[in-house]
Amino acid sequence: MGKIWRVSGPLVIGEDMKGAQVYEVVEIGSDRLIGEVIGLEEDKAIIQVHEDTQGLKVGEEVKGTGTILTAELGPGLLGSIYDGLQKSLTVLLENSPFIERGAKAFALPRDKKWHFTPTVKVGDAVSEGDVIGTVPETHLVEHRIMVPAGMKGVIKKIAEGDYTVVEAVALLEEDGGGEKELIMMQKWPVRKPRPYKRRFAASKLLITGMRILDYMFPLALGGKAAIPGGFGTGKTVALQQLARWAETQINIYVGCGERGNEMADVLHSFKKLKDPKTGRLLLEKEIFIANTSNMPVVAREASIFVGITMAEYFRDMGYDVLLVCDSTSRWAEAMREIGGRLEEIPGEEGFPAYLGSRLASFYERSGLVECLGSPERSGSVTVTGAVSPPGADFSEPVTQNTLRIVDAFFALDTTLANKRHFPAINWLTSYSLYVDGVKDWWSEISPQWEATRATALKLLQQEAELEEIVRLVGPEALPESDKLILTVTRMIREDFLMQSAYNEVDTYCVPLKAQLMLQTINRFYELAQKMLDSGISTAEIRTSPIIPRISRMKNIPNDEAKERIKELWSEMEASLVPQRGGVV
Amino acid sequence: MTLDSLYVKETKAISRTKGSLLVAESIPGVQFNEMVDVRLATGEIRRGQAIDISKEATIIQVFGGVSEVDLVASRVRCKGETLKLPVAKDILGRIFNGLGDPIDGGPAIIPEDYLDVNGGLVNPAGREPPAEFIETGISAIDGLNALVRGQKLPIFSGSGLPHNRIVAQIIRQASVKKTEEQFAIVFGAIGISYDDADFFMQNLEQTGARERTVAFINTASDPVIERISTPRLALTAGEYLAWKEGMHVLVILTDITNYCEALRELSAMREEIPSRRGYPGYMYTDLATMYERAGRITGKEGSVTVMPILTMPDDDITHPIPDLTGYITEGQIVLSRELERKGVYPPIDVFLSLSRMMKEGIGAGKTREDHNNVFMQLYAAYAEGCNLREISTIIGAEALGERDRVYLNVADRFEKEFISQGEVTKRRVEDTLDIGWALFSALPEEDLKLISEELIKKYLPKYAREA
Repeated sequence: MGKIWRVSGPLVIGEDMKGAQVYEVVEIGSDRLIGEVIGLEEDKAIIQVHEDTQGLKVGEEVKGTGTILTAELGPGLLGSIYDGLQKSLTVLLENSPFIERGAKAFALPRDKKWHFTPTVKVGDAVSEGDVIGTVPETHLVEHRIMVPAGMKGVIKKIAEGDYTVVEAVALLEEDGGGEKELIMMQKWPVRKPRPYKRRFAASKLLITGMRILDYMFPLALGGKAAIPGGFGTGKTVALQQLARWAETQINIYVGCGERGNEMADVLHSFKKLKDPKTGRLLLEKEIFIANTSNMPVVAREASIFVGITMAEYFRDMGYDVLLVCDSTSRWAEAMREIGGRLEEIPGEEGFPAYLGSRLASFYERSGLVECLGSPERSGSVTVTGAVSPPGADFSEPVTQNTLRIVDAFFALDTTLANKRHFPAINWLTSYSLYVDGVKDWWSEISPQWEATRATALKLLQQEAELEEIVRLVGPEALPESDKLILTVTRMIREDFLMQSAYNEVDTYCVPLKAQLMLQTINRFYELAQKMLDSGISTAEIRTSPIIPRISRMKNIPNDEAKERIKELWSEMEASLVPQRGGVV
Repeated sequence: MTLDSLYVKETKAISRTKGSLLVAESIPGVQFNEMVDVRLATGEIRRGQAIDISKEATIIQVFGGVSEVDLVASRVRCKGETLKLPVAKDILGRIFNGLGDPIDGGPAIIPEDYLDVNGGLVNPAGREPPAEFIETGISAIDGLNALVRGQKLPIFSGSGLPHNRIVAQIIRQASVKKTEEQFAIVFGAIGISYDDADFFMQNLEQTGARERTVAFINTASDPVIERISTPRLALTAGEYLAWKEGMHVLVILTDITNYCEALRELSAMREEIPSRRGYPGYMYTDLATMYERAGRITGKEGSVTVMPILTMPDDDITHPIPDLTGYITEGQIVLSRELERKGVYPPIDVFLSLSRMMKEGIGAGKTREDHNNVFMQLYAAYAEGCNLREISTIIGAEALGERDRVYLNVADRFEKEFISQGEVTKRRVEDTLDIGWALFSALPEEDLKLISEELIKKYLPKYAREA
């Protein structure tokens, strides 16, 4: 349709482009590089190119495709590894370990047959979102085939058996007249949120197996959270932990502008990891998008929207989906680069003025919803995005704009990371607005949750104040009761909040075990206070053999926790006794 | 070959020069990023690259600068290809400049292949996670920040700190536990002083590693613009040796700070909107396209390990250069001026240093079963000691309790006995770990929370002796 007029980095200007739409996908040059129109000026179109533009020439062809950027949705998504444009990296790998420019690969395999079992019969009236059949995509996930948005009618034919995603499985007589074949694959424009009936307030804990999250700063199903942190603070490990252990039915991991070796590590580790509940490979419920930092910048934006679109699609089936994105800062930087090349007037630190609204358009697609269609069902998308603030300075625009949108904030702290306290989530500055929402959920695990949590947070706050004093007068000058607080908070920090992602047992902690662990430390504090009152010094209490036992609670397997911590309690009660005849 | 390429694409219509940029009329058929020759009136030929092409103008970046270019007699001729490096196994032992031309007086390379200096884009699904431990013989690295094959691990230094000596020591001592595989070193010198470049070359000569080394040298007096191509040439050579020749390659790039300065200079010339401290907004991506070339590929023999060196301006780790680097690389080795003043060599700050790939490379069968525990416990103990040291400078060591004084002492010993080892000592990783255990002997045993009882019984000197 048009021709290249100018090439400047990832930006191409095409001429003779009358009739092009904004966000229309175009194919550029002989390699048919994928680009998106982002602006129009008379007959010229400004195009951002998702692939490397090296070697393009002025005058080469620019071909419109008439559609905006879409994602393919259907059986075959689970366990896949995609690039930012949803090209299957596994398919591309068949030819070469290097990705050739302009290489094409379908997201969903066209030749693989899936077993389709109908859930409706001929003559049933169906409309958008109705489940018409199921496919056992993996052992963990049943893929529900739904009537695409905007369609309504009566089922005229329905199939049962093995079909590919592009073969018809049903024939629909549309209400407006005419017939339409339904296939298992749908396409959806990635920048457009998928519809639902209504939204609910988040009220159910998303179990992550990380104590500091589940217990201290809970994340709810359908929630949105940010994890900002400087380099080396453990963002990636934290997100990987979420993608591994979060108790959702589907997890989507978007590696946006991050390290290739780390991505390789994630991909390899998931080939071995098993779901703690079913014993099946975790890969069966995961989708990966790998857009590493050396891949073209423009595709970073696409990778995020492709990811959230797939998440919404599974939500619409009635599943709980977790999407983790590492890192949204790289996407923001891509926006800055494009904005700069377009010579837009920049906002703060060179970022475009629309940074905040663009971030919001991503995070706001999370939520717990009632899905369209029958049977009645609800699903959720929970979003967790990493932020990489330059110089670990949280006052920078990406962190600040993100904070205005999200409801939970897990601040990673360089000082904690340098002390190798992991996860390095700062308990004084982090927050979660879901605490009230999940209260009822927690009270079913343990009625003491609220009280235990509050005591621990209060002690940690006191510790921060005491440390100021210690810096001036030294630890020995503190009164005994304060020394005891420091001993106990140290236990809270090291024996409860610190959690090793690499220890087989400690990597995943069920809520009940977390509750018992912290309750034990609290009980220790109560008993120790009595000892102190009877005249025993903190230094003496510190030598109690029960302390190293408490510190090893982490290594108790989840299913033995209740019993073994109970044993520990009776020993603790027996050994921590006030001095007889002491001053009480 | 298409008919199009038989025509010589050339223009004389140069309208303007600016810094090292040259604005010519639109050259039909020129490719984005194509290499061009700029022929001066004197007959001299300079190389350049088309960095912005349109129907109105072609903007050319001239390597070697635009001095003596005139608007009347100078011509621009297209070469029909992007920047490529001629490669062959014979590049081993040779020295090249920032454009890939030999400068050691030897003959030109008879190429087996021409490779795009930007390298291929490795499919993330085709990468093999790095997991082979490289023993550098330096305790602070092997014990606490282990390096593995295929990793990119930079050294964050400051002006005047001994980063060159440390790298030279790594080159001398580095070995992989089991094998006798082929390995090579690629050295990319970016805008460093002649003396520094000479130091490395001398060092390589002395250790006999010269035959296994390819060097690309752009000294401080060479054209600034070539600082952009130098590291890319070095990485291309490294990739060739790794992926085509199956060698294990260590690429050393020094000094990335000079590279970033050159990038900023260029960006200003192109009138781009600057980001932090005047550096271009795409600096993260630009650095990533270099650093990310490190790695291993499933099914291929070789590996590319990258060790960039940068000097932090004013020792500031939040400066954009170390900051963006740290976000891309798999950890960093940070040098400390304070330790240097205390006479500790190598002055490695173990709190700020980190190796993200360490977990994969250590443990039973790779180094030793207790490695991870020793590493964690050493950190914890040293952190405690340093914290107390800070307090004791205000209130005096006498005001500390007995337990606290023990930790203070261990922290001092850790610096003297564990980190400090001198330039010629090569420690086996087992020796490094044993030094750790010797330090643990001074601590109360119940404080060794991060080590299992089993390992304590096996390695703590007092039990080990009994056994």
